[in-house]
Amino acid sequence: MTTARTHLLVCAGTGCVSCGAFALKDALVAEIARRGLQDEALVATTGCNGFCERGPILLVHPDGIFYQRLAPADVPLLVEEHLIKGRPVRTLMYVPPEGGAPVPKMADIEFFKHQRLIVLRNRGRIDPEKIEEYIAYDGYEGAAKALERMTPEEIVAEVSAAGLRGRGGAGFPTGRKWDLCRRQPASPKYLICNGDEGDPGAFMDRSVLEADPHAVLEGMIIGAKAIGAARGFVYIRDEYPLAVSRVGIALEQARERGLLGRDILGTGFDFELEIVRGAGAFVSGEETALIASIEGQRAYPRQRPPYPAQQGLWGKPTVINNVETWANVPSIIRRGSAWFSGLGTETSKGTKIFSLVGKINNTGLVEVPMGIRLRDIVFAVGGGIPKGRDFKAVQIGGPSGGCIPKALLDLPIDYESLSQAGAMMGSGGMIVMDEDTCMVDIALYFLRFTQEESCGKCSPCRIGTRQMAEILARIAAGEGSLEDIRKLEELASTVKRGSLCGLGQTAPNPVLSTLRYFRDEYLAHIVDHTCPARVCKNLIAYDIDPDKCVGCLLCLKACPVKAISGERKKVHVIDQGACIRCGACLSVCPAKVQAVVKHTGEKARALGGGAPVPKET
Amino acid sequence: MQNKDKAGVVRRDRASSSLKRSSLSPERAAARVVVRKYGGRKRAVIQILQDLQGCFRWLAPETLEAVAAELKMPLAHVYSVATFYRSFSLVPRGQHTCTVCMGTACHVRGGAAILEHFERKLGLRAGQTSPDGEITLERVNCLGACALAPLAVLDGRYYGQMNETKADTILQPILRAGGPAQVRESGPGEEETP
Repeated sequence: MTTARTHLLVCAGTGCVSCGAFALKDALVAEIARRGLQDEALVATTGCNGFCERGPILLVHPDGIFYQRLAPADVPLLVEEHLIKGRPVRTLMYVPPEGGAPVPKMADIEFFKHQRLIVLRNRGRIDPEKIEEYIAYDGYEGAAKALERMTPEEIVAEVSAAGLRGRGGAGFPTGRKWDLCRRQPASPKYLICNGDEGDPGAFMDRSVLEADPHAVLEGMIIGAKAIGAARGFVYIRDEYPLAVSRVGIALEQARERGLLGRDILGTGFDFELEIVRGAGAFVSGEETALIASIEGQRAYPRQRPPYPAQQGLWGKPTVINNVETWANVPSIIRRGSAWFSGLGTETSKGTKIFSLVGKINNTGLVEVPMGIRLRDIVFAVGGGIPKGRDFKAVQIGGPSGGCIPKALLDLPIDYESLSQAGAMMGSGGMIVMDEDTCMVDIALYFLRFTQEESCGKCSPCRIGTRQMAEILARIAAGEGSLEDIRKLEELASTVKRGSLCGLGQTAPNPVLSTLRYFRDEYLAHIVDHTCPARVCKNLIAYDIDPDKCVGCLLCLKACPVKAISGERKKVHVIDQGACIRCGACLSVCPAKVQAVVKHTGEKARALGGGAPVPKET
Repeated sequence: MQNKDKAGVVRRDRASSSLKRSSLSPERAAARVVVRKYGGRKRAVIQILQDLQGCFRWLAPETLEAVAAELKMPLAHVYSVATFYRSFSLVPRGQHTCTVCMGTACHVRGGAAILEHFERKLGLRAGQTSPDGEITLERVNCLGACALAPLAVLDGRYYGQMNETKADTILQPILRAGGPAQVRESGPGEEETP
């Protein structure tokens, strides 16, 4: 076997693949062969690097040079300069959003600099479809240690001492859950990995399953020994076909190597895992609903207690943990609880993966120590808000979570402080919002979501969320009353108290937290009939500034209802009576012209807008 | 998606050849093959329905009846599962599928306007299929590719940073093939900039 002098690692996460990572890889392989460098330079694919905004990404080792937004057309130059002449190509490197010199090395880029990788430790460096590469980075060492040298009690004690808490939502101590299940006399016992990542805006579980599936498998093998389970299930969302395929490959490879099945590593321990695909129901991310789904039923949540650890799958003791939780376990066993609990805060140990999305410069997946300040995530790691806009809020915890306003930017991120602020850790989706995001619209978005996804079992959730969504729609349309706010708060309390599962109990949170921090925006909609962020269609109007319009016909062509009139090189005019306020004109108006403007309040009403959107013909 | 379709065709061929042999309906023959793959386990009913939907693109009443018969399960239970989960379609679906992501990240970057544009362009509401069976328009809660927001997926291919012009470009081949709406005269490349 020849040893390559240079390794070129092409990121093959979903983000990079959709931007053409495979075309890039093919181009690299072809160009390297054309230059006769195939024995010197090896091209390989890896899992997601997390910096999806910058795809396709290429890492060149041993130097650790980070190339971004590459196209096949860049390849000849890159091979010529970097591989042959040894001069990394600065024009293909990352330039920070505030400008300045290109940053050659991955480790020096702000987005990566503040991260601390435990769960994502193998990201961007191993091929997730090759078990050898996982093993080469200490893979399955934790499982070997647990199976060969530890008793179930010792494993549970180690996980408890590490202070690991569930990464999927509520943050229940993992060790306590395992211990409860371990003590149950009933058998058989089961293990489940919850990969039904339904929170919109969160994709860390997908990334872990795609980039490092063996870490999840290894965590489950350790967990199986701890509670005495012989079978487990990996439940993966149907919308993640790549994750299903990668976990399938990982299971096969683990079986071939004797890491799953009978007599694992010659220790006499048996454990078998299988994949179950979800079928597109948000509620099946709730643990009891997920169990019903594996049993082949409708995903209806069940009463707790008894907890799944006591009576779960087919009524047997079952430990169900989230993907990220399982992926933490191998490192805890391998490196010890003291090492793990050295990271984080008093009550929240280790790291947490957040998906940093929305109105933020560095979109992607970040793993940071618990206790990091929100400000550091948004401005240091995330590089701040694009286009110089002002930060407004971060929505954390998906449809169960809430919005954290600017005033709380110095909040340390851990389970307790987030709950106190009216949000929750949830799965870790962080949606950054700027001044152009309307908080009433966001509350409405989430309530429509939960209303659609409510399984219908509990009336307060089924009917209450619908009523709340209708009230919010009324407010967003400028037709709300002050009484509506009181009604919203009353309904919120009923839905919270009267629902069986987490979906219903937390569904009102997006409304309550926006009412808590952004009540003035609600009042603006109700009293002033104004949408300060200029989002809610009934309260805005588009206009063309005659002093700026150059008469380019772009908006006129883009308008789907032909509401814009004008001729080439003459000022265009919007017919307010026909305008459906879709914003197509604004999005095509060139940045150097900026003639199309959005108004709200008095100005919109003066234009004849600010009324219900006309019906399309 | 394309591969899946091919696989579907292959499976249907197999199903129809066993139809000749055993005079089973194609649905029943396919259900028998798939149920056998899962060892006849009743708990696998969701997976079985998924596989059959991959084969026929939708779940016809005959398919659901075949599954109930093969699994020796009440038809009501098969229906209860098939109507609960979002990924099952009980109406025929189009040759092409266009999915617009409605996740939070896509929402704050204007995903709703993108969906409306697709709806207008195709003359369909989300969840509907064009009368000629050419294309189905769908919305999805989140595809977990938030860095690409706003996102649309056409036949399994992801198109990120979606806007009205891009949407028209990706739909053009389908619309040109005699789809439900008129193709715009001028392509996006021909537009003038000042």
